[in-house]
Amino acid sequence: MTDSHDPTTRDDDLPEPAKVRKRRWTVSLIWLVPLVAALIGLSLVVTAWLQAGPEIVISFQDAQGITAGKTEVKYKNVVIGKVRGLRLSDDRSRVMVTVDLDKNAGSFATEGSRFWVVRPRIGLGGVSGLGTLFSGSYIGADTGGSQNEDRYFKGLETPPPLTHNEAGSSYLLSSKDLGSLDIGSPVYYRRIQVGRVVAYHLDADGKGVTVQLFIKAPNDKFVTDNTRFWNASGVDVSLGAGGLKVNTESLATVISGGVAFGTPPGNTATTQASEDSRFTLFSNQALAMHPPDGAPVRLKMLFHQSVRGLAVGAQVDFLGIDLGRVTNISLDFDPKTKRFPAEVTAVIYPHRIGRANQRFIERTGNDNPGALLGILVKHGLRAQLRNGNLLTGQLYVALDFFPKAPKVAYNGKLDPLVVPTMPGSFDKLQQQVADIVDKVHKIPFDDLGAHLDASLRQLNALLAQFNNELAPEAKSTLEQAQKTLSTATSALSGDSPLRQSLGQTLQELERAARSLRVLTSYLSRHPESLLRGRRNNDPAPHAPPPPSHQPARSQP
Amino acid sequence: MSAAHAPLPTATRLGLIGCHVCGQVCRCVAHGKVGACPRCGASLHRRKPNSIARTWALLIAAIILYLPANIVPIMRTASLFSSTDNTILSGVVELWVVGSPDLAVIVFIASIMVPVLKFIALAWLLVSVQRKRARWPARQRTRLYGLVEAMGYWSMLDVFVVTLLTGVVQLGPLARVEPLPGVIWFALVVVLTMLASMSFDPRLIWDNAAENAVKSSGNLHD
Repeated sequence: MTDSHDPTTRDDDLPEPAKVRKRRWTVSLIWLVPLVAALIGLSLVVTAWLQAGPEIVISFQDAQGITAGKTEVKYKNVVIGKVRGLRLSDDRSRVMVTVDLDKNAGSFATEGSRFWVVRPRIGLGGVSGLGTLFSGSYIGADTGGSQNEDRYFKGLETPPPLTHNEAGSSYLLSSKDLGSLDIGSPVYYRRIQVGRVVAYHLDADGKGVTVQLFIKAPNDKFVTDNTRFWNASGVDVSLGAGGLKVNTESLATVISGGVAFGTPPGNTATTQASEDSRFTLFSNQALAMHPPDGAPVRLKMLFHQSVRGLAVGAQVDFLGIDLGRVTNISLDFDPKTKRFPAEVTAVIYPHRIGRANQRFIERTGNDNPGALLGILVKHGLRAQLRNGNLLTGQLYVALDFFPKAPKVAYNGKLDPLVVPTMPGSFDKLQQQVADIVDKVHKIPFDDLGAHLDASLRQLNALLAQFNNELAPEAKSTLEQAQKTLSTATSALSGDSPLRQSLGQTLQELERAARSLRVLTSYLSRHPESLLRGRRNNDPAPHAPPPPSHQPARSQP
Repeated sequence: MSAAHAPLPTATRLGLIGCHVCGQVCRCVAHGKVGACPRCGASLHRRKPNSIARTWALLIAAIILYLPANIVPIMRTASLFSSTDNTILSGVVELWVVGSPDLAVIVFIASIMVPVLKFIALAWLLVSVQRKRARWPARQRTRLYGLVEAMGYWSMLDVFVVTLLTGVVQLGPLARVEPLPGVIWFALVVVLTMLASMSFDPRLIWDNAAENAVKSSGNLHD
């Protein structure tokens, strides 16, 4: 140690400042490294903190396919968050899924946002979420458009059919029942899919169903106030008086159901129906496209005959025009006659007869259907069951005029207007046939048969006799006749002596006639010759020219 | 023990200094003044300059970076339908769960235990040198330092695994391995710890031992 002291003391004054400066510099430089590391760490923390979005809780019915730390939340297939944890709700009825949203997905933590689990789904309407078969389920999200913050959401069990902010219009349909419609069922316009069924619910009174549709822009402009909607679900097979009818929209709709709409021809309204307008959902296209039916009128008819073949929904026909439908068929009991008349209730739409109805109202100045019907009944209007289809035996109710029908009392103020009836034409025919059969039945076929049998036997004997006795005679007679005829033939032939002698005789006769003529002409000129005789100087009477060539020629 | 070593003369005592580059022994210049080697011109210093401060700085930087290295995922394994990001610890857990506990243990030791042990060892060495009083004998501490230096490289195992997999598993959309930022932090941690252990001068341990020995011998003589 003492050795080393000497050089240090020697050079003590000079290097001091340099030494201090150098050490300070070195220290500050090396401490930059942890400083930089700290800055890096800090920046990582800060970015992580900045990127962390709100934490939300979604409750689902079950956690199938959801894994903590793995399942992602996606919007339009962009990851906007990740599931952090799963727990059961306090009453153990639901699964609470805690999700860390990304910072830029903070707008999803607002009221009205919807979340659902995307799983592979194979439905009648198609296959969706196939990619999740291998990648695992994820949570789909959709914004609600609200600005109010929310942290708790109730997850949907099925994907919503509609994403927020989709351009288009929504409409309401009233229907008697849902049919085979479901959320997501397609809506067709001219067989092009233009929308979907978004929601449905029972009406407050439980007497109908309201179906909400969404028609995407720009096709929603085709929904006007005159538009009619009808159920395009399934195959519409109707076996009515008009025969078998099969009507379908498209094969996919046949399987999964759907709604179609259209505008009846002739309607030129082009203004789009206002949002959330209410329409009626008809059960088929034909019904939907019918002109408006106006107020219905209820009819009651008592038929004193079997109503076999008449079904609820059968046509009520007025001179061939479909006026309405049978709504109810029941049996009544008439204590006076001890019979069971069939009571048939029907609904008719007087507007369907078109201008005739208007004319009628104009003419009478009375638009009370009861009074109008009264006038018609007075002129012989009666209801009659008729056979619409001989093959199926379907009956329909025909309203027709029977001028000879007996007069009946009519009350135009009853609610179901009672229309007098006539026995059906087929029914009448049946009765007449029965009468005939009755009469036929009365014929004593047994006696007739016995008599006929005896007569036939006699006839048989007669015939046998004829055969044995008369036939040989007839044969010989015929032979004789044949001989006679052949003789006659030979006698009449051209070269027969009879013919020749006949010719000669005729020639002689001709000559005789000619000389007779000469004589007569001579006598007319010389009547005295009768007494004196012929004078010698008298020229010989010359014969007049023959009337034909034949006698001249035959005169050689 | 220290008494046994005390009589051995050190270079400082003898007023000599060795060149780190060429090994030339020359006479020591004044205390604190930096000279140059007369043979090769490299700067001469008795001990690594500023060793303790440098080691501390690098060690602290490594410890700071060790946090993101373990939190941020280091590797993304993407297959046709799914992709998973793994941190070091989740990779170990996955290996253990999947059924290769031996591999899990190797990765755990190399990637988690070794760096942590290195931090502890270096920090303890530094503290013991600064306090100039150590319960452990100097020779064992030196052995510990040697161990730290030798082990340091093995921590790069994880980094190599990621780089190798990234290069090998590139089957387009079927399977893909991508490195993620975590691996950079982890590599930095390893490099910094190695630098820290390099900048530590083990002779400081002996300096203290020698001083203690001198003090104790002086006390004895008094």
